[in-house]
Amino acid sequence: MLRSERVAQLRRRCPLAGSTAGQFPLYSGPGELSLDLFLMDARLVRKLDRLLGNGGVLRRPEELLLYEYDGSVEQGRPDCVVFPRTTEEISRIARLAAQFDVPLVGRGAGTGLSGGALAREGGVLVVFSRMNRILELDHENQRAVVQPGVVNLDLTRAVECAGLYFAPDPSSQMACTIGGNVAENAGGPHTLACGVTTNHVTGLELVLPGGEIIRIGGKTADPLGYDLTGLLVGSEGTLALITEITVKLSRLPEAVKTLLAVYDTVDDATETVAEITARGITPSACEMLDGWTLRVVEDFVHAGFPRDSAAVLLIEVEGLAEAVAAQAAAIHEVCRLHSAGEIRVARDARERDLLWKGRKNAFGAIGRVSPSYYVQDGVIPRSRLPQTLRRIEEIGRQFGFQIGNIFHAGDGNLHPIILFDQRDRAQFERAVSAAGEIMRYCVEVGGALTGEHGIGMEKDQLMPLLFSEADLDLMRRVREAFNPGGRLNPGKIIPAGKGCGEIRVRPLPAASTA
Amino acid sequence: MTPASCLSRLEKLLGPGQVRSDPAERASYAVDGVLPSAVLLPNDPAEAAEVVRFAAAEKLAVIPCGARTKLGMGIPPSRYDLALDVTRLNQIAHYDPADLTLSVDAGLPLTQLSSVLAAQKQFLPLAVPFFAQTTIGGTIASGVDSPLRQLYGSARDFVIGAEFINGSGALTKSGGRVVKNVTGYDLHKLLIGSLGTLAVITRVNFRTFPLLPTRRGLVASFSSEQGVIELRRRIAASPLALSTLEILSPQMARLFAPINHSLAKPPLAPLGAWLAGSAWHLCAGFEGHPEVCDRYARDLSRLAEETQAVSAHLLDEAEHSTLGHSIGEAVPLLLNASPATVIFKMSLLPSHFDSAFAELREITDRASLPSALFARGSGTVYFALLPVTKDVQTFSRLARAATAVFELAACEGGHAMIPWCPTELKRSVNIWGLPRPDFALMQRVKTAFDPAGILSPGRFVGNL
Repeated sequence: MLRSERVAQLRRRCPLAGSTAGQFPLYSGPGELSLDLFLMDARLVRKLDRLLGNGGVLRRPEELLLYEYDGSVEQGRPDCVVFPRTTEEISRIARLAAQFDVPLVGRGAGTGLSGGALAREGGVLVVFSRMNRILELDHENQRAVVQPGVVNLDLTRAVECAGLYFAPDPSSQMACTIGGNVAENAGGPHTLACGVTTNHVTGLELVLPGGEIIRIGGKTADPLGYDLTGLLVGSEGTLALITEITVKLSRLPEAVKTLLAVYDTVDDATETVAEITARGITPSACEMLDGWTLRVVEDFVHAGFPRDSAAVLLIEVEGLAEAVAAQAAAIHEVCRLHSAGEIRVARDARERDLLWKGRKNAFGAIGRVSPSYYVQDGVIPRSRLPQTLRRIEEIGRQFGFQIGNIFHAGDGNLHPIILFDQRDRAQFERAVSAAGEIMRYCVEVGGALTGEHGIGMEKDQLMPLLFSEADLDLMRRVREAFNPGGRLNPGKIIPAGKGCGEIRVRPLPAASTA
Repeated sequence: MTPASCLSRLEKLLGPGQVRSDPAERASYAVDGVLPSAVLLPNDPAEAAEVVRFAAAEKLAVIPCGARTKLGMGIPPSRYDLALDVTRLNQIAHYDPADLTLSVDAGLPLTQLSSVLAAQKQFLPLAVPFFAQTTIGGTIASGVDSPLRQLYGSARDFVIGAEFINGSGALTKSGGRVVKNVTGYDLHKLLIGSLGTLAVITRVNFRTFPLLPTRRGLVASFSSEQGVIELRRRIAASPLALSTLEILSPQMARLFAPINHSLAKPPLAPLGAWLAGSAWHLCAGFEGHPEVCDRYARDLSRLAEETQAVSAHLLDEAEHSTLGHSIGEAVPLLLNASPATVIFKMSLLPSHFDSAFAELREITDRASLPSALFARGSGTVYFALLPVTKDVQTFSRLARAATAVFELAACEGGHAMIPWCPTELKRSVNIWGLPRPDFALMQRVKTAFDPAGILSPGRFVGNL
């Protein structure tokens, strides 16, 4: 079957239930995807079976079901899932997918929050879980070469003994893979001072959709020619499958100090963040939890957040002991200036870990109190934090939702969490509209659509808010240069061209983790 | 050559005085001896885009330029019709000190921007060569690096967005003005070091950095290269986060002598006697509160002693700044030092400095040419051959040495290329070094940006 027919068939399977309101796609209702529909060419499956051996290919509907979701509210079912062990196997898989003209999609741990690892148009889903070896550790030059399936935290654990660590630390770092981090250019709380994934990757091995294996960059800095590594990191799996990654390792700081500043108003907290930035103080992390969120978290994690406060800031400074002391003193001063009621300093590693446990497990805590929630990811200039948080509260009131806020305040990366009940169809539509309002405001104040979760299939339709048709056209041409015909991870990042008539169908949201 | 009719149409497209074709003017825009038929001075990005659209339609080759301090980088252009001078695009579009973000036109001189930032106690870590003349666009398009990359990274780490004209003449952008952003492809990263072969950069967005209260340094001198290499290794394994770490060979230190400094344009302030021309030097820079700087000074002095430095001189703020400026201008100093300077840029792993330095000495001996070297702590090595004459024999020796340097870098797991050398040498040496496995991808990227192949044709890797 031709790919175009296949896409048409998929779309017929997901008839739009109801009308589209404005720009935002609507939820189609559960149960419309029949599980017995199996469309992939049997010859392709047989060839994949032969290539990967027993257990290397999943194709039964009940097995595929597991791969229909990631950490987002999106959904997309592959026709088969493959578990290669080598670059060579991936290259052959890519050749087969090309030969049979089926989509090809890469996937790490599936913790992504924008649908990047979902087979939006079906096809072969390449899962990297068997490619999870650390290939080389070079302590002296502070480099590691890893396969894409290595779990983020495992790399840090492997090099801690040498006083090193891998800096990008997304909240899902106990599960997410470095391949996924590279695809999405993942961030995390400590990226404020240390930078995001792209600042820590120096080289990649790629498999192009046609099956060619190519190395770009390397262990040394300044690749010769165009910075292809810089383009590939954050390309959300739309340019190539990444099969090997060379990363920088950072030196563990000599001293760390973690402060918790407690506020009676959200404005005082956001103004503190704006002033810390304006004074040129660079903490290694600066996270904010608003009153509602910190209470929910406290009830679950017992991290020691004061339940009666309107907001807390979790601020960390690290570096040389003398620098940490100076920075902590400066931060103390700013917090006091903006009426922090209390400033606690974690006395030891246990107290610090507990505070971070509160931050990193927040989404689990929220899952306990709301039937569903929709995590947003927007970025604003940091000086606009106070007004943006006020606007988000207003939007919550206007649409009738509780919106919690727990986010990377220091770099202006917001994560408003809209609480709603997925069983109520009208509520879901309203939640999506409220999320759209928030994104629009972020763009209005000079911000961007996503700081670390990616565009994926969640926000491709919002891209025109930020980019002109000429901008998007150039992005399409660059994608085409690597991924002719867009068969690799189709339907992501760049909205389909004008007049294509594609109708977005958003599935039922599931509880997410971030 | 551009037909006269094209020139008159360009004159209609732009205002009076914005199209120049007198020989003297054209000569001042020469690239490796190739002269453009006309020089165009657009007043805004829209005019510049019109020029590129016109050029694309007429298949005219365009080379964008700013202060023209680095037009000698790259392979000689295969075609060159129009010089697109963007120095009239020279405004700061947005600067919000409280956000530490900046959006600035490509033609703005870096010095002007630096004083605006300094007034807000901020800076960009771009202590790049030709600092006094260079523009923002030229700095980014040439990909020159700065000693401050030790702590702050290179341009790819703090350029957060850009606006540019692609080869079809469309004004496009990528990234944005926020410090954390994964919206769309990071196309601006491709422009860094692309020598104008992908697009005409019209605006660059940066994150800026706060100036810390004090900046100081230490210069440790050693009788051999082993000493500097060992000190670098110990610093890297310590918790010290230096802002600069540069290794200078004795010949390089001699180049920083007052006499050379006074000949530089503009002249550089003289350095103290602590930079002796007979020793290897490790120059460390650090910054922070006074008590933080004291800690650095203490620890570095101890490490220098442990590694048997002949001397270790602590630099005060003024001395540190003067030395920083000299090191930043090392490339122009090297270019002034010989009639046929060849500068190699090698990307190596620091653990290979030992063997690489030894090999470079052998290459120097074999070529029997004077040489000088400076290396950044993170692994970038600049190696210069400085012949005293400029003749056929010299060029053949230079060519042999170039092949040896390229192979040496590859053997050490890195790579090398020649950012600066006489045009004559470019006839016999591929300045971009050995062939790359990812060249096919670069070709496709070039075609995506510049389908008609009119932007700086021929200058880049593989004559892209």
